[in-house]
Amino acid sequence: MDPVPVSLDFTLNQGSFTLSIHEHFEACTVALFGPSGAGKTTVLEVIAGLRRPSAGKIRIGTRQLFWSEGGLDVPARGRRVGYVPQDVALFPHLNVRQNVLYGAARGGPVPDEKVVHLLEIEPLMDRRTEGLSGGERQRVAIARALVSAPDVLLLDEPLAAVDVTLRGRILTYIARVRDELAMPIIYVSHVEDEVQRIADWVIVLDGGRVVGSGPPGRTTGR
Amino acid sequence: MFVSSELLHVTSFSLGMAALATLVMLPPGVTLAWVLARHRFPGHSVVETLVSLPLVLPPVATGLILLKLLGRRGPVGRLLDAAGIDIIFTWKAVVLAMAVMALPLLVRTARAGFEQGDRRYEQIAETLGASPARVFFTISLPLARRGVIAGSILGFSRALGEFGATIMIAGALPGTRTLSVAIYSHTQTGQEAAALGLLVAAVLLAFTAVFASNKLSDTRTEH
Repeated sequence: MDPVPVSLDFTLNQGSFTLSIHEHFEACTVALFGPSGAGKTTVLEVIAGLRRPSAGKIRIGTRQLFWSEGGLDVPARGRRVGYVPQDVALFPHLNVRQNVLYGAARGGPVPDEKVVHLLEIEPLMDRRTEGLSGGERQRVAIARALVSAPDVLLLDEPLAAVDVTLRGRILTYIARVRDELAMPIIYVSHVEDEVQRIADWVIVLDGGRVVGSGPPGRTTGR
Repeated sequence: MFVSSELLHVTSFSLGMAALATLVMLPPGVTLAWVLARHRFPGHSVVETLVSLPLVLPPVATGLILLKLLGRRGPVGRLLDAAGIDIIFTWKAVVLAMAVMALPLLVRTARAGFEQGDRRYEQIAETLGASPARVFFTISLPLARRGVIAGSILGFSRALGEFGATIMIAGALPGTRTLSVAIYSHTQTGQEAAALGLLVAAVLLAFTAVFASNKLSDTRTEH
């Protein structure tokens, strides 16, 4: 897939914490890397439209999502971003199929069946969500996000709740989503090894500030 | 025979009016509960206090307020009168009194239900492209359903036992007599046997409603 131009240029003041990011780059998979409390999740929430920056601009691909001076703030439902939070937040009152198809009404270029097949969740479709393992929950949540036809997939620590032995498999699924669906991904992690394997661009955050950015290897080792 | 036919009539009338009052208060009650649980706005505390007011005001005082508002010379009553709608001293007044008195219980319980629901589910639904109405009906409301159902049962029970506001705006006429009003009337006129029959019906209904509400709370704790 071709790299996607991304512009994250905003400031968010939240009490004593200030998140400031001014990055413009082209990438297929961007990793936001840094310790806990660095502001990584907040960046994803801002991109998803769940938090409003104090000022700045956000553009992904050809779409401007936020521009404070121009008074533009596309609501979360119109942003076309597939956000998978760290706790995945599957709807507890709906089964797997109902979760996966929740955003299907929006319609997209990739058939729902292809997403279900790619993530190998066919056998799970009629199950309730509470009995799923960490890896299964993660795959269902990724499928739910993809079925809503996003322009970009936002993954927050997707391996955090997954058994150590299954982490490699989940990374493989994520790589398949990126390659077979040509889906740009913004991936949050504090684990260097994951970032090295999945990302082609890394932004290192610490204390709400960018302390480095560039291809993996050169940046994560700082 | 007189007692049993009256008992049947008054009990079914009260049940019907309480059910109707519950249905009438559900849409505004659930909306208010959701707004108070999910939104902060200027006047939030004032709305919160106003909604709870019927819980602490003497019911006859609430009845008097309704009477002043809806009476033919009242600000609302005048408009209704012009439109040919009569409320005071009709069955509609019974429904209104019951709904107003029961609303705070529904709002408070349903609000707790909404507050227990994780806001994140609503946010995720938004990112999946759902409109605010779809988020409410497919995520917020189903997740708060136990609070809404428990609040409806509590409100229904409160409506069933309503007396003060009802007698103020609906009186004790044959077409508006609820269980509580009938018990009061019979006691006042020395018809103790009739009052006792109605009392048994009232106790049985109240027991069933509280039992159902408690059962629901138990199920809630189990999950």
